[in-house]
Amino acid sequence: MKIAITSTGKEITDLLEKKFGRAEFFIIADTENSEYKVIDNKAAMEAGGAGIQAGQTIIEEKATALITGNVGPNAMKVLTSGNIAIYRGESVSVEANISLFKQKKLQQINTAVASHFGMK
Amino acid sequence: MKIAVLSGKGGTGKTTVSASLAYSLHNSQYVDCDVEEPNGNIFLKASLTEKEAVMVLNPVVNDDLCTGCGACQQACQFNAIAVINKKVMIFDNICHSCGACKIACPTGAISEVPREVGIIESNSSHTFMHGKLNLNEPLTIPVILQLRKKMNKYNHVIIDSAPGASCTVVSTIEDCDYCVLVTEPTPFGLHDLKIAIDLVKQLKLPFGVVVNKAMDSDTSIQVFCKEQNIDVLMELPYSKEIAKNYSKGILPVQYSNHYKDEFIKLLATIKERTS
Repeated sequence: MKIAITSTGKEITDLLEKKFGRAEFFIIADTENSEYKVIDNKAAMEAGGAGIQAGQTIIEEKATALITGNVGPNAMKVLTSGNIAIYRGESVSVEANISLFKQKKLQQINTAVASHFGMK
Repeated sequence: MKIAVLSGKGGTGKTTVSASLAYSLHNSQYVDCDVEEPNGNIFLKASLTEKEAVMVLNPVVNDDLCTGCGACQQACQFNAIAVINKKVMIFDNICHSCGACKIACPTGAISEVPREVGIIESNSSHTFMHGKLNLNEPLTIPVILQLRKKMNKYNHVIIDSAPGASCTVVSTIEDCDYCVLVTEPTPFGLHDLKIAIDLVKQLKLPFGVVVNKAMDSDTSIQVFCKEQNIDVLMELPYSKEIAKNYSKGILPVQYSNHYKDEFIKLLATIKERTS
């Protein structure tokens, strides 16, 4: 399956990014093989609606799960409509989060944090 | 004449200055444009008998006509639309009511419906007016624009702006005749005053500074203004008496003729500078 992880950098050794909508990068990884690609989050610098746009991107990338820190209310609506399962990642590398995910050690989340939570 | 009172930093005394000015002048209108937290009426105590809703237009999609092509999402510059599995989701509170989605839709599936985002309240003579943004609404501009349409009936329109230098402030002050920048002698006061000055200079608006809570031990604002050749229009002292009355909802001009005269003088100074 394809999963998306918010990342602070372009490598899977980089740390997980806790913000969703304004994460700089998304890493889209295939759990079947260890292939992955990096995409720039175009929404990161938007004045508003970053979570909505970022959610749309994850869905367009055909990911079925997302590992991130916190998800705001608008992004939550978009991701839920796209049937994306959301997991709260740990403050470790993207790579380590993928392996935690495979071991089913990440907690699934379905509640949003407040708007602009990651900006505070 | 339209005079806007702004500050950069919050809590420096915009409402004290604007409400005092409006209170001291005949034939004046006070307009509170700090629509997220209007507080002028704590002091001016107008009877708010008139209420008017502020409406914006938001798109709605007719599912029978929508093909899920995503043209509306592409057209939206504010990320207020997502199209997921050919189904359109619209986020009303992010929508700026520009109408681009409706124009972009190839099948005419989008129409616009009005939605209330705030309210304007005024007394019967409209000498007092304020806007109030509904809870959970992020966009202040529609409320401010509607307030602006209702200004100008009086000789002096005194506008109480929101703090900061954001688009909320820009839309409050952009067509006024003069800006009064209120600040206080603290490092934050000076820092944010500089931001407010940058803003009014970019908008090419004439302006002067009022130093609130002025004290002999800190003249940083006066020194800065002198260096920059900026007018200090007035100083209000750092005073326990003013603070005590303020905490009871009483402005300095409401108990002291001295301060009333000072504010009448402030208007005369502004008129002199703009003539």
